[in-house]
Amino acid sequence: MSRDTSIRRGQTLAGWTFVSPTLVVLGLFLAVPVLMALWVSFTDWNGRGSPFASGIGFVGVDNYRELVGEQGGLTRSDFMTSLRNNFFYVLLVVPLQTAFALFLALVLNQRLLKAVGFFRTAFYFPSVVSSVAISLVFLFLFSGGGVINSLLEVVGIDGPTWFNDSRGLFHLLGDGLGLWSASDPPSALAGSGVLGLTWWQWISGPSVALSVIIMLVIWTTAGTFMLMFLAALQDLPVEVEEAARIDGAGRWGVFRNVTLPHLRPTMLLVTTLGLIGTWQVFDQVYVMTQGGPGKTTLTPAYLSYSYAFDNQKWGVAAAMAFVLFLIIFTMTSLQRFLFRDKDAIATKRAARRTRKARANAPAGGAA
Amino acid sequence: MSPTSPPSRRRRRTSLAALAVSSSLALAACGGGGFEEDGSSDPASSGDGPVELQVLIASSGDAETQAVEDAAAAWAEESGNEVEVVVANDIAQQLSQGFAGGNPPDVFYVDAGVFGDYAEAGNLYPYLDQMEDADDFYPNLVDSFTLDDQAYCAPKDFSTLALQINTESWKKAGLTDADIPTTWDELQSVAQELTTPDQAGLVLGIGRDRVGAFLVQNGGFWVDGETGEATATEPTNVEALEFVQGMLEGGEAVLAPDVDAGWGGEGFGTQKAAMTIEGNWIRGAMENDYPDVDYTVAELPEGPAGKGTLLFTQCWGIAADSPDQEAAVSLVEAMTTPEQQLKNADAFGVMPSRESAQADYVEQFPDDAPFIAGGDYGQGPVNLPGLGPVVADLDSQLEQLKTADVNQILESFQKNAEAELQ
Repeated sequence: MSRDTSIRRGQTLAGWTFVSPTLVVLGLFLAVPVLMALWVSFTDWNGRGSPFASGIGFVGVDNYRELVGEQGGLTRSDFMTSLRNNFFYVLLVVPLQTAFALFLALVLNQRLLKAVGFFRTAFYFPSVVSSVAISLVFLFLFSGGGVINSLLEVVGIDGPTWFNDSRGLFHLLGDGLGLWSASDPPSALAGSGVLGLTWWQWISGPSVALSVIIMLVIWTTAGTFMLMFLAALQDLPVEVEEAARIDGAGRWGVFRNVTLPHLRPTMLLVTTLGLIGTWQVFDQVYVMTQGGPGKTTLTPAYLSYSYAFDNQKWGVAAAMAFVLFLIIFTMTSLQRFLFRDKDAIATKRAARRTRKARANAPAGGAA
Repeated sequence: MSPTSPPSRRRRRTSLAALAVSSSLALAACGGGGFEEDGSSDPASSGDGPVELQVLIASSGDAETQAVEDAAAAWAEESGNEVEVVVANDIAQQLSQGFAGGNPPDVFYVDAGVFGDYAEAGNLYPYLDQMEDADDFYPNLVDSFTLDDQAYCAPKDFSTLALQINTESWKKAGLTDADIPTTWDELQSVAQELTTPDQAGLVLGIGRDRVGAFLVQNGGFWVDGETGEATATEPTNVEALEFVQGMLEGGEAVLAPDVDAGWGGEGFGTQKAAMTIEGNWIRGAMENDYPDVDYTVAELPEGPAGKGTLLFTQCWGIAADSPDQEAAVSLVEAMTTPEQQLKNADAFGVMPSRESAQADYVEQFPDDAPFIAGGDYGQGPVNLPGLGPVVADLDSQLEQLKTADVNQILESFQKNAEAELQ
């Protein structure tokens, strides 16, 4: 027994030695700065000198109140605008990118497809290229007289001036369906509002400019998630699929009842990563639009950067970052709850109950 | 798979505790000591012996970098010190890191728009009163770098807005030199005459940095720099914006995005409009991108309250935390001599900020006389601290100037600015 423990002790020590450099780096450069930023969010630090010096004003939750409270004014409406933009962005990007990645993985998984390696590389390629480089290329493609508009002209469509167009897609959709007039919004919606924005502003949907960024991101990140789905699909034994076919399931039946449940853990991973990534979008906004036109591509991450570095409002910017963290945390927790495997949880609970009963019984029996 | 035994759980807890203790020790070590607030009347700090200064600039290109490096090297040789010129990728970010860390560059560019925030935070050392010939700088430029009646730094150069006219379209419309507009009504009628189905009369860039010129011409502005108050809702400002809106509605003027241009110069260069209001930088752009377009430059027309234009300027900021401020002041003096400023004008097309250099500048660059005349009556940008998001919101609303409610734009700016400035 003691020889077993000493071997394990040696292994434990070796394990800690190997892991400690990463822990130190993560701690010093990730955990500690996050805690420092949390402190800054409770102060009115103006960027001069250390925020831990004596004499720095501690203002408690004033910065947070400025983001959501009545007295917020412009700060609150800027923050709410950024949250609204990012919400519509997430709403469009996460489902579309997951579906697109799954579709590509299913295509690549076909045994009949020749040159799988080439297609796999081609689909994955956008993910490896620098996001700044892709953003610059898209700036050229989607400029008013650029390639996209020229192609649309061939089909007879007069394309919008993508990056200068701040009209919301939902507004335009409602206009097209006859629900309202986009240029003369109904006073019920435009007159009243909540949290600093009118109802009309809340339901605007992503703007035309934001939809360019949405297209860019779906195209870029689908490749990464496609690889995860592909790995999971290749894990599914062919015999299971064949057995399902023999039992009489059609192609769609096999997909719904065999493939999709098998992909559940990967789906959870992909949507979690998608949620975290999309709520933090920054690179594309910084390179392409800097929040414009008309603040319709403003996102919380970019707004936080802009308030801090351009406007020297460090406390409010740090507070924005932590509110964003809470939003992401809530959403991913909710999503994990929705995706939980109810059968596995029930089985685990039953096993624990049995173990506890067995542990108590001999003690009672011995006594 | 046995459950975790008590000894290894204890060991894990000890390791975690050790990690927590070491990180909090690191945290305490990283916290700096308190910083003394430098008063405005403090004398310049100076080290003993030769010093090494670090200069951080946001360069417009190789020409500017070369000019600054050469001038700094000349001063270094003469004074026996060393100078390192660093070109910033993102000057706001790099300066913020320097200020927070307590070791910023000694000398750096400060744009008039961010000057207020830096000065309010105490990052800048006011040295203008220590410079020789500080009176020689244009008063309007020095005003742009004045906060609470304290002038902080020396303007290094400036640009103004003027009216650019496409000579071919001008002649085609049958206009002559005598028709160059000098009042608002003349501007509107000339723009109307120049408007054709393919070309608008006037193209304006979006935002306060173009429309603001009309406010100045009518005797007002978004804020009053001297009193530190917002003055957006004054009736003169409403009139000015309504005049521009009238031209946009009539079709003789267009905003740059409406003709698929990123800025007024692009709309002018691609000949989507016959006139534009832009600054000195349009010279380089037209030469490089649209060399076939012939144009002349004229001063902006007068408004009801007289001449007005907008100034864009940067100053040489000296860090309050710099240990070599005396040497830095000497460097700035060398960088802003009239001769050096004329050299810069030749190298990368900026205008000297010293009034004594104006005559020589006009002699060397007679076509740019309308630009430099603006130095006498131009208005610098909004430089009150904390107004960054407010002017960004104003710009965002001015994007819709053609259809927006002018009173609402000015009122929301007033409200937001007052909330910030109280």
